[in-house]
Amino acid sequence: MSKKTPFCATSENDQIEMFEFLGIKNFDELFESIPNKLRTDSVNIPEGLSEMEMMQHIKKIASKNKTNLINFCGAGFYDHYIPAAVNALASRGEFYTAYTPYQPEASQGTLQAAFEYQTAICRLTDMDVANASLFDGGSAMIEGVMMALRHTRRNKVIVDEGVSPIYRKMLKTYTNNLSVDYEEISIGKNGVTNRELFFDKLDDTVGAVVFQNPNFFGCLDDFTDIIKKTHDLGALVVMSVYPISLSFIQTPGAMGVDIVTGEGQSLGLPLNFGGPYLGFFAAKKELVRKMPGRIVGETEDINGKRGFVLTLQAREQHIRREKATSNICSNVQVCALRAIIYLSLVGREGFQDVGRECMDRANYAWNRITSIEGISPAFNRRFFNEFAIRLPISAKSLVNSLIDEGIAGGFPVSKYYKNMENVLLIAFTEKRTKEEIDIFATKIESIIKGI
Amino acid sequence: MKLIYEKSSIGRPGVQMSSIQISETEKIPEKYLRKSPANLPEVSEAEVVRHFTALSRLNFSIDTHFYPLGSCTMKYNPKSCEAAAALPQLTDVHPLWPQLLGGGLLTQGSLSILHNLERLLSEITGLDEFTLQPMAGAHGELTGVTLMAAYHKDVGNDKDHIIVPDSAHGTNPASAILAGYKVVTIPSDEKGMMDFELFKEALNEKTAGVMLTCPNTLGVFNTRIKDICDAVHEVDGLMYYDGANFNAIMGRYKPGEIGFDICHLNLHKSFATPHGGGGPGAGPVGVVKKLKPYLPVSRVEKTSDGNYILNYDEPKSIGYIAPFYGNFGILVRAYAYILSLGCNGLLGTSNRAVLNANYLQEKMRPLFGVPYKGRCMHEFVFSGEFLKEYGVNVLDLAKGLIDYGFHPPTIYFPLNVPEAIMIEPTETEDRDMLDNFVEKISFLIEQARKNADVLHDAPKTTPVSRLDEKKAAKDMRLNYS
Repeated sequence: MSKKTPFCATSENDQIEMFEFLGIKNFDELFESIPNKLRTDSVNIPEGLSEMEMMQHIKKIASKNKTNLINFCGAGFYDHYIPAAVNALASRGEFYTAYTPYQPEASQGTLQAAFEYQTAICRLTDMDVANASLFDGGSAMIEGVMMALRHTRRNKVIVDEGVSPIYRKMLKTYTNNLSVDYEEISIGKNGVTNRELFFDKLDDTVGAVVFQNPNFFGCLDDFTDIIKKTHDLGALVVMSVYPISLSFIQTPGAMGVDIVTGEGQSLGLPLNFGGPYLGFFAAKKELVRKMPGRIVGETEDINGKRGFVLTLQAREQHIRREKATSNICSNVQVCALRAIIYLSLVGREGFQDVGRECMDRANYAWNRITSIEGISPAFNRRFFNEFAIRLPISAKSLVNSLIDEGIAGGFPVSKYYKNMENVLLIAFTEKRTKEEIDIFATKIESIIKGI
Repeated sequence: MKLIYEKSSIGRPGVQMSSIQISETEKIPEKYLRKSPANLPEVSEAEVVRHFTALSRLNFSIDTHFYPLGSCTMKYNPKSCEAAAALPQLTDVHPLWPQLLGGGLLTQGSLSILHNLERLLSEITGLDEFTLQPMAGAHGELTGVTLMAAYHKDVGNDKDHIIVPDSAHGTNPASAILAGYKVVTIPSDEKGMMDFELFKEALNEKTAGVMLTCPNTLGVFNTRIKDICDAVHEVDGLMYYDGANFNAIMGRYKPGEIGFDICHLNLHKSFATPHGGGGPGAGPVGVVKKLKPYLPVSRVEKTSDGNYILNYDEPKSIGYIAPFYGNFGILVRAYAYILSLGCNGLLGTSNRAVLNANYLQEKMRPLFGVPYKGRCMHEFVFSGEFLKEYGVNVLDLAKGLIDYGFHPPTIYFPLNVPEAIMIEPTETEDRDMLDNFVEKISFLIEQARKNADVLHDAPKTTPVSRLDEKKAAKDMRLNYS
């Protein structure tokens, strides 16, 4: 029994007849334009596996992950419940095996879903326009900064240290070659933006300022004072937000933010070891022609029937080439699809239920954990679902010990922040039960006492 | 079809999300709270399921239609790869867990998949090292040109431009700009290759590198590729291989062996991961040894005791280009695909992709009145200029195909061919499908000759007819209100 090339549709008979039709004897003749000396000798990888062998192989590798942990680690990426219907609908091949909807008549499913997604993002953030998504929250923030700099024709950006350090590092890589003047302001003692420092740095050469709400430490802030002064000096405000928090937390739109970005993973996407994720992007309407990425708009067909198309394409790389608003050529449509399915399923009230329960769990945990002897809150008590605690021992050693108890005990922030060896960031979602939080608190207490 | 918002009715419950309250919630001061809840749809779960099922049925897709979309490699996406990527032990892993214990001891499975895939892609491309982090082809390009800039800066080269042929995909020049370089565009010669003489004239000490697809967008393999590589290396420039057309040459030649220094692969093309209606994809980047120090962090490494760890400590690295390790879910699919193909399957796949393209090209040649110009690779381009005589253009022909259940080929690209129509059948279509396609396209051309209006009105079988794109851009109705 011979092995055939998997997934190829040509039978041996077809092949013979096709060779005959082309007047060739073997495959090599098709590749005559490639000089022989360029041809490779061999590809040294294993022989192909049957479907069953492949699945067994991957299952075996996957089993080496430790996944039965009670998770309190967030830091921008959260373990939320995903309703069963999200997977069922997003797994439809008609959605995920389609191409980019350049042929709108054959892509109304994708296009209408994207339009509905854009609408949901506008409603969550209170912004005028949203695009059809970008790679992730970090790249969305970068695109937001670049758009602000393009719009203001300035090249200086000030970034608050409360913005995810992961995203700040991505932004630095990006701006490194682009003569962008990059400055950071360190976080205030109470965990929120240090106004004094910020206003000191802000002047009329600054094109973009970047904040996050709730910030990396989970702290909430009211940015209206900052936004007003920024606008007075002609700069634009970019804000990265956590979408689930928008169930209750003041919207960037209401605060006057110009460009809103964020990670949409919490809206029905698994954590998936870092991706694929969902970058959402919204802005005030006067900025729409400078927006990056795909945008879907409503129109009519020749019979006056409503339909949807990719629009404002004159901004994009396939038309503008080196003058495009961004080099990005795709969105993450299936991820955006998951988000609009998720938001439709939970609906207006269910979305608030999720938010309320996140706050409820975090609040219970705050009372329970900050009352442990030796532990204090790192910052003030203004949070949504995540907060930082100061430990009497290093946060790294605590999380190490908690692993043995089956707990992923949070994120030790010292990886990204100096002088914070003892600070641990802990997150709570609707999935965490009272019992789990009790176990978490009890274990923390016994580990601390044991040292 | 109605929008989900138009189906909404106040108080109609969706999925039950409310569970037991466990604490008295602390009151958050007003100024931190939104004034009214977000106006999300209020629709029953059953209605949501019907809505999105109905939407899905308005789409063409690989699972439902032939998609001969040139330059896009719309091959079948194996369900087994989907199943592999959906394993809960892979999907339920938080990306920061490697930070919790010993640099990755909790996530040995996921890290070993990344490591194995890097090794496989290295072997397939002939490049020494890979990063899997770029989240799409264009992101891979950006990573590649950023690596280029980092190298030149580090060794003290004074470079100011990147050379790109005019047949290049629009992302090439758009990405080059982002690394701080100017773009110099070289026209194609009559064979469709980058004009070698003009290229030599443009090449100088200030050339940072050249971005090429090979075979190029016309499906032509540049026979002088080695000369180009040598010339660029002479001025210490770097050769960038755009892997958009890799499906033609898997197992046959390796960009790294020919002289390319950097290469990105579109896993959503050659490696069969789904296009998702526009993403997510993945665009891993391979490099030669001398560029390794500049690769983005983190790096997956295998220690002497057989464990996998993440290394963030690379002083010359360009830094972070993604939040974590790339589009992991997509990487798993590609890994599953490569394991399934194996060494012989790679070559077998490219062979059949090129066979299908040549077969289709020969069958269609008479219809387009194109003289024989040699074999093509995995795709080919015809000009539909002659259609204008009948009062139609390739757009009309494309729309006509939709009515016969075919997704149209790529049209008006590459830009250097008038009324271009670009066809890439891929290896996963059988001969009956190809024959059927030729039959229908022949019928449509015949119809155009007799009565152009029939094509002007196409498509007629779709949920909507031709849409007014100008109106969309003018009205700017970008959300429902």
